[in-house]
Amino acid sequence: MVRIRRFEEKCAELYSASKIRGFLHLYIGEEAVAVGAMHALTPEDNVVATYREHGHALLRGVSANSIMAEMYGKQEGCSRGRGGSMHLFDAAARFYGGNAIVGGGLPLAIGIALADKLQHRQRVTACFFGDGAVAEGEFHECMNLAALWKLPVLLCCENNLYAMGTALKRAQSQTDLSLKAAAYGMPAWPVDGMDVVACQEAAQRATLAVRSGEGPCFLEFRTYRFRAHSMYDPQLYRDKREVEEWKKLDPIATFENRLTTQGVLDDAKMKRIEDEVASEIEKAVAFAEAGTFEPIEELTRFAYSAEKPE
Amino acid sequence: MKITYREAIRQAIRDALIRDQRVFLMGEDVGAYGGCFAVSKGLLEEFGPDRIRDTPLSESAFVGAGIGAAMNGMRPIVEIMTVNFSLLALDQIVNNAATILHMSGGQFNIPLVIRMTTGAGRQLAAQHSHSLEGWYAHIPGIKVLAPATLEDARGMLWTALEDPDPVLIFEHGTLYNMQGEIAADAVPVEISKAAVRRAGTDVSLITYGGTLGKTMLAAEHLAASGVEAEVVDLRTLRPLDTTTILDSVMRTHRAVIIDEGWRSGSISAEISARIMEGAFYELDLPVERICSAEVPIPYAKQLEDAALPQAATIVATVTRMMGGHG
Ligand SMILES: Cc1ncc(C[n+]2csc(CCOP(=O)(O)OP(=O)(O)O)c2C)c(N)n1
Repeated sequence: MVRIRRFEEKCAELYSASKIRGFLHLYIGEEAVAVGAMHALTPEDNVVATYREHGHALLRGVSANSIMAEMYGKQEGCSRGRGGSMHLFDAAARFYGGNAIVGGGLPLAIGIALADKLQHRQRVTACFFGDGAVAEGEFHECMNLAALWKLPVLLCCENNLYAMGTALKRAQSQTDLSLKAAAYGMPAWPVDGMDVVACQEAAQRATLAVRSGEGPCFLEFRTYRFRAHSMYDPQLYRDKREVEEWKKLDPIATFENRLTTQGVLDDAKMKRIEDEVASEIEKAVAFAEAGTFEPIEELTRFAYSAEKPE
Repeated sequence: MKITYREAIRQAIRDALIRDQRVFLMGEDVGAYGGCFAVSKGLLEEFGPDRIRDTPLSESAFVGAGIGAAMNGMRPIVEIMTVNFSLLALDQIVNNAATILHMSGGQFNIPLVIRMTTGAGRQLAAQHSHSLEGWYAHIPGIKVLAPATLEDARGMLWTALEDPDPVLIFEHGTLYNMQGEIAADAVPVEISKAAVRRAGTDVSLITYGGTLGKTMLAAEHLAASGVEAEVVDLRTLRPLDTTTILDSVMRTHRAVIIDEGWRSGSISAEISARIMEGAFYELDLPVERICSAEVPIPYAKQLEDAALPQAATIVATVTRMMGGHG
């Protein structure tokens, strides 16, 4: 969690310094969700994410170097500078991308899971999406298919109460999203998305069910983003007091307190974590700075495959 | 061997299923119903419901699922009933299938084939009759095929499945019952080249898919009055085989493009522009286009016929062109 938080704080800084351009969506406040959910996955599993996916990519083992280089638009980036912040990809990490079409990753996850099922592999496909996606037709098509075909997908809804500036209650007739999912005939339950242990336990339980071939599970992680939707958002749609209230539930601070009280964590350990993270990020920035831009002659490369892969 | 276009496609699908365990067919009514155009009839019994997979009416989800499955090691053939319904899956086709290879810096291939019907001529009215393959040909990252012959119906699918990139195959609805002779051992065909279906010296008739038959008919008719038309079957709308088009125009110095899509912003406009760019000084006359009338395709027979390119229109157009500069 600390690693994601500091990485993204650095991104925001670099954005202000114009080193990173385009859209930048920060996950700050929501870290417990990805950390908890990913903890239940193995390297063999698959992950499909949205445009708010720096944390997911980091947790999946995509190197901080290649993520940072991607945001710099360098060819050393995980998508060779063609994707940017919203489209991190890493085949080796089985990270099937940041998808910037709301709901657009869901059908992919269904298909990835179908391929595993048809080939009798035990993998789970975790698909992350926001509460905004729940209003899209694609969401409903995919919930139906996942349940109908008993596909091994872990549906991770990151309900941060807003889709850009639209509050959940202004967009949904039924704001209890796990009820919607349950209507498709799959186990679905809400999770305290600010509590990393709760997230981890829920994901563990759900993944176990999915892996054993019972079909999909839906987890509604109730969480909150502390920052704006993207770097362009003046946040006119929500009350500062509301943000402050949620910040009291900061997943990092609360977990730190808990561990300290339990005697598992102390200042020295915390400092070591911070130092390690700071050094990793510093290296990532240096790596990105030193990276190179792909020559213009390569512009159309990868529009189509040059050769047949096997 | 005498078979129909429908049977040629069925054989191609069956072949693919036998040859490669990664291949499966998925779409609305492809299984129990036998395919809404009876293309996949009998395949469910032979291959079972895992490989002949009926889907709910969820175009976006099952097309997207095809993309995901292709990214994870399968070779899906996704069938969409008609191009009109593919619009519900446009997001997946345009924003995912066409972009992911490039956006991922070359990491994820999408070896997916999407088949759908296109075209008018069966009095099905506007929502079942449009020819939108030209739209799809606008999009980099996908390939667009339009088999007009039995050999292509039989052979293109295999080549498309071998292709690492997403391929869309448009089958014109009026072709399914077309019958003809085909070699029992018909082979996979090249999908990057146009074909000259009839050699000629006076005018190039450039077309594809459902209008190839009408164009061949017109060419025969013209021959009777001494005009030798060369007929170019594009076969692939993206990438366009500009070389074959230009070579033909260099021989004939006149060109007519016959396209069942609408004229404005169409594939015929693109071809016309390429001829202008590549063979302007070879032309005796401006390039002509015979396209569908700019209306939603109507139901009533006489209106539908009037809306579509017809052999008679092709003959009249060429005759006028020849008369002008004969
Ligand atoms: C199909 C589609 N419509 C609209 C947008 C513009 N858009 C980008 S993010 C966003 C909000 C999505 O909210 P949510 O799914 O809750 O995810 P969050 O940003 O809260 O993580 C919108 C409307 C989009 N990217 N895709």
